[in-house]
Amino acid sequence: MSNSSDATAVRLEEVRKTYHTGEVEVHAVRGVSIEIGQGEFVALMGSSGSGKSTLMNILGCLDRPTAGRYFLDGEDVSSLSRDELADVRNRKLGFVFQSFNLLSRTSALENVELPLLYSEIALTSAQLREKAEQVLASVGLEGRGDHTPSQLSGGQQQRVAIARALINDPEVILADEPTGNLDSRTSVEVMEIFQTLNEKGITIIMVTHEQDIASYARRNIVMRDGLVCDDIVVQNRFNATAELEKKTAAEALEAAV
Amino acid sequence: MIPKNFTRRLRLLSTFKIAARALRRNKLRSALTALGIIIGVGAVIAMVSIGNGAKAQVEAQIAGLGENIILIFSGSTTASGIRTGWGGAGTLKIEDAEAIRREVPAVTLVSEEVVSTAQVMAGNQNWFTRIYGESADYFDLRQWALADGAPFTDQDVRSANKVCVVGRTTATQIFGSEDVVGQVLRVKNVPFQITGVLTPKGLTSQGTDQDDIVIMPYTSAMKRVLGGGTTLRNINAQVASPGDLAPAQQQIIALLRQRHNIREGRDDDFTVRNQEEIAAAQTATTETMTALLAGVAVISLIVGGIGIMNIMLVSVTERTREIGTRMAVGAHGRDILTQFLIEAISLSAVGGIIGIILGIVSAKVLAAVKNWPSLISPGSIVAAFLVSAAVGVFFGFYPARKAAQLDPIDALRYE
Ligand SMILES: Nc1ncnc2c1ncn2[C@@H]1O[C@H](COP(=O)(O)OP(=O)(O)OP(=O)(O)O)[C@@H](O)[C@H]1O
Ligand SMILES: [Mg+2]
Repeated sequence: MSNSSDATAVRLEEVRKTYHTGEVEVHAVRGVSIEIGQGEFVALMGSSGSGKSTLMNILGCLDRPTAGRYFLDGEDVSSLSRDELADVRNRKLGFVFQSFNLLSRTSALENVELPLLYSEIALTSAQLREKAEQVLASVGLEGRGDHTPSQLSGGQQQRVAIARALINDPEVILADEPTGNLDSRTSVEVMEIFQTLNEKGITIIMVTHEQDIASYARRNIVMRDGLVCDDIVVQNRFNATAELEKKTAAEALEAAV
Repeated sequence: MIPKNFTRRLRLLSTFKIAARALRRNKLRSALTALGIIIGVGAVIAMVSIGNGAKAQVEAQIAGLGENIILIFSGSTTASGIRTGWGGAGTLKIEDAEAIRREVPAVTLVSEEVVSTAQVMAGNQNWFTRIYGESADYFDLRQWALADGAPFTDQDVRSANKVCVVGRTTATQIFGSEDVVGQVLRVKNVPFQITGVLTPKGLTSQGTDQDDIVIMPYTSAMKRVLGGGTTLRNINAQVASPGDLAPAQQQIIALLRQRHNIREGRDDDFTVRNQEEIAAAQTATTETMTALLAGVAVISLIVGGIGIMNIMLVSVTERTREIGTRMAVGAHGRDILTQFLIEAISLSAVGGIIGIILGIVSAKVLAAVKNWPSLISPGSIVAAFLVSAAVGVFFGFYPARKAAQLDPIDALRYE
């Protein structure tokens, strides 16, 4: 596994997904070929129903393509079994969901530990805890480990979810509308974490509807009717830390008036 | 490289951790689910031990009749189709008892018996109790020793003397003490001298206090308590050995039929039962009762199991997103299956253990209250525990499999 940015993290070859609902066939993805290199930060955009989530599910090894091939980190995963896909998800992928999907009434630490419990590496409870605490601290939640989701704000919950995605040192982080349930400031905070992670070399693929959120990524892929219709490198990329400072200044000004 | 089965074992270990966390998250629901099993197992243990206790008590009571006893009751005739039942019609005469004593050689002891209830008094105390009229052989025949004093004699019976023997309850109710030998007890205003106090026997399985009794010569009872009459309620006879029971019974039947002029083909106007028959009938009754109780208890255990299944099914639905999340981060279908099975089995096993404790305690309390021997059989404990664990597996499997077969995408999107 090399960390050089020209190595390929994800390669899709003519990937199709067709849903059969009763009589009708829905062609959600109709032949997508993309390559995403290691260390990229991609925003996947497009109107509702264009097939973004369907594609993300395939990228996340939650679903198999009807046709075409998918190489993750050089390995063909398009025809793996259910259990093999689960192992790939555990080892190579981290998920961040729009609705966080944290286990309720479960501490942040235990939520973060979750992927480790299903991994091949066996850790003691103390090791689990130590690792989870480290990752929680890296997303700015030190000391919140014992809070349950209901005791955390939306933004904090999404950070716990990010920490959970990070705990197995994944190749790729997949986020389907990670800011969909967050206000604008918290959204930028999440983008700040993503950018920091990306700086460290982690590949991020994120679905978003918002153009300004997409501007934090390095590359935007736009879908329409199950096909990629646009694939651009982001010019004038936003820097989340700078944007947050601007927001803070604006708020201070507002408070002063 | 780590061997495959080693990692699998570790995986099972962390599944235990996962299941334990899941149960802790839903303490109330876990407790309520276990409650069904607690009650089921508790009921099985309690019911079986109560059944066993009742059976043992009935056996003790039958043994307490004495040894090798034959009971002859008057009645149970079907004259004009009406069955009067034991002790119904007064067909047994004093002379019948005399004849048995005389003509059935295997019979060693005979006691003529009449029974009544009466108000008894001493000083300003009075008490309503049972009056038994018996022969002097009664105490040997029933193997009922005296705690104090002496029984009445054959002479007392012949002369219908005003003497009696009392049970402990009667003694303490009237005199406030057990030291009553030589005192005078008025039965229906007739003064009787107390010659002895019986050793206590406790309650029967029907709850009758066997020590609430006055025993006097049957002659005295007939003359002074029943106010005349010449018929007996029953005759108690004892034979020397168990082998004598059946032949003696035949001889008694033949003798009484002849004495009562019952023609060939007509029914007896009396009933003869030996101790073994009574024991068999009583034991059968208590066994039926035990089976019935155990059946009810087993049903409640099954209901508890269905409760587990219901709650597990609800929880699979309720935790669909949780299952989706677990699958997204790498859980195999088998991990989810094992987790839900462990949850179900832990609930039913913990419920089983608490149920066993509860069952033992309630059996002991009931036994103490009812004055029963509480016989808790280790077999029923082991069986109840195994059944409760099996209930967990059986009723937990379907929901667990349902959870394991969920599609991760559908599960994640579930509202
Ligand atoms: N499980 C399914 N069964 C049948 N059709 C489906 C299924 N999932 C998605 N589709 C269809 O596939 C198409 C693409 O759906 P998808 O969820 O990928 O869109 P999307 O781009 O994520 O939209 P949105 O922005 O609203 O989330 C839609 O027409 C949808 O109705
Ligand atoms: Mg979508």
